Amino acid sequence: MLQLALEVGQTAKPEAVMFWILGPLAVVAALGMLLVKKAVHSAILMAFVMIILAIFYIAQDAAFLGIVQIVVYTGAVMMLFLFILMLVGVDSSDSLTETIRGLRPIAITAAVGFGGLMVSLLGHATLGRGAVGLTQANADGNVQGLAQLLFSTYVWPFEVVSSLLITAALGAMVLAHQQRTSTRPTQRQLSINRFRGDSLGTAAGLPGPGVYARHNAVDVPALLPDGTPAADSVNATLSARGDMLDYKKFDLSEVNTKVEEEK
Amino acid sequence: MDASNYLYISALLFTIGAVGVVVRRNAIVVFMCIELMLNAANLSFVTFSRINGDLDGQVMAFFTMVVAACEVVVGLAIIVTIYRSRRSASVDDASLLKR
Repeated sequence: MLQLALEVGQTAKPEAVMFWILGPLAVVAALGMLLVKKAVHSAILMAFVMIILAIFYIAQDAAFLGIVQIVVYTGAVMMLFLFILMLVGVDSSDSLTETIRGLRPIAITAAVGFGGLMVSLLGHATLGRGAVGLTQANADGNVQGLAQLLFSTYVWPFEVVSSLLITAALGAMVLAHQQRTSTRPTQRQLSINRFRGDSLGTAAGLPGPGVYARHNAVDVPALLPDGTPAADSVNATLSARGDMLDYKKFDLSEVNTKVEEEK
Repeated sequence: MDASNYLYISALLFTIGAVGVVVRRNAIVVFMCIELMLNAANLSFVTFSRINGDLDGQVMAFFTMVVAACEVVVGLAIIVTIYRSRRSASVDDASLLKR
C-alpha cells in the first residue's frame, strides 16, 4: 500500500524541498531589497518575495489567500508602487550614505538582537501537541470555510474594514487633488500668446529634429540654413537628459560622399 | 520538516523589513519595507492557522491585506503630496519642524 508518510504537523517531502529552495531565496531577495541602490530594483525584489509568500500560502492549505496575495500584492500594490516611482522619478536613487551618525551599526545590532530573540523564542516554544493541519477545516473547501467565518463570526470587522477601504480611497483622492491657481488658458488666449509674443520665429510651430537624409531621428537637432543647429528642434526632455547627439557627426563635410558602385 | 519553519522565515523577513525602515531614506523603499513586515506577519498568521487547525488565522491575514492596501493608497498619496511641494522623496529632507 502506498503510504504517504504524512504525520499531522510534519510536512510532506515535496513541501520540504519547496521550502528549502524558496525560503532562502525569499530571505536573499529581502536582503537585496535593503542593499540595492535603485528603488525600482527594490520594488522588483519585493514582488519576488510576495510571489514566494503566495506559494507558501498555497502550500499551507491557504489557497484563497495565496491567490489574493498574487492579485492584491504583486498585482495592485506593486503596480501602485511602480506608478508612484514613475511619478516621483525613476532615477531618484538613494544615496546609501548614512545621515545620522552611527545609525546603521545600531540598527544592525538591534536587528540581530531582535531576530535572534525571535528565532530562539520560536525554537524554545512548545505547544504541547503537534500541528493539527487544515484538512478538517478545509473539508468544505478553503473559500467556503473562509466565507463561513467571514460572514458569521467576523461580519462586523468585515463591514468596518470595508468602510476603511472607502475612506482610504476618498482620502487618497483628497490628498492627490490639486487646486488650480490660475484659469486654464483658452484656445483664443493660446493663439494670441503665440502671435503677440516676443518673436514670430516660433509662431508657425517649432522645427522638427533630424539632419535630413543623414540621421533623421529625434535626438539630433535640425540644421538652420546657415549650418548652425536649431536647439528648439529637440524635445526639451531629451536635451535636459543629455541624450542629444552632436549634429557634427552628420555634417556633409564629414561624410564620405563618394558613391560606391554596387555589384 | 516542521510547520514551524515558516515561522522562522517570517521572523527573518520581519527583522529585515524593520532594518529597512530604519536604514533606508527613500520614502518609497521605507514603505515597501513596511509592506514586507506586514507580509511576514501574514505568513505567521497562516502558519498558526495551520498549526491550530482552524481558519481564523487566515481571516486575520485577509484583514491585514485589506488594511495594508488602504495604508499603501493613503501613504503613497502622502508621498506624492510631499514630493510635489518639496521635490524630494527622502525621509530625511522632511525635517522642517526641527528648525
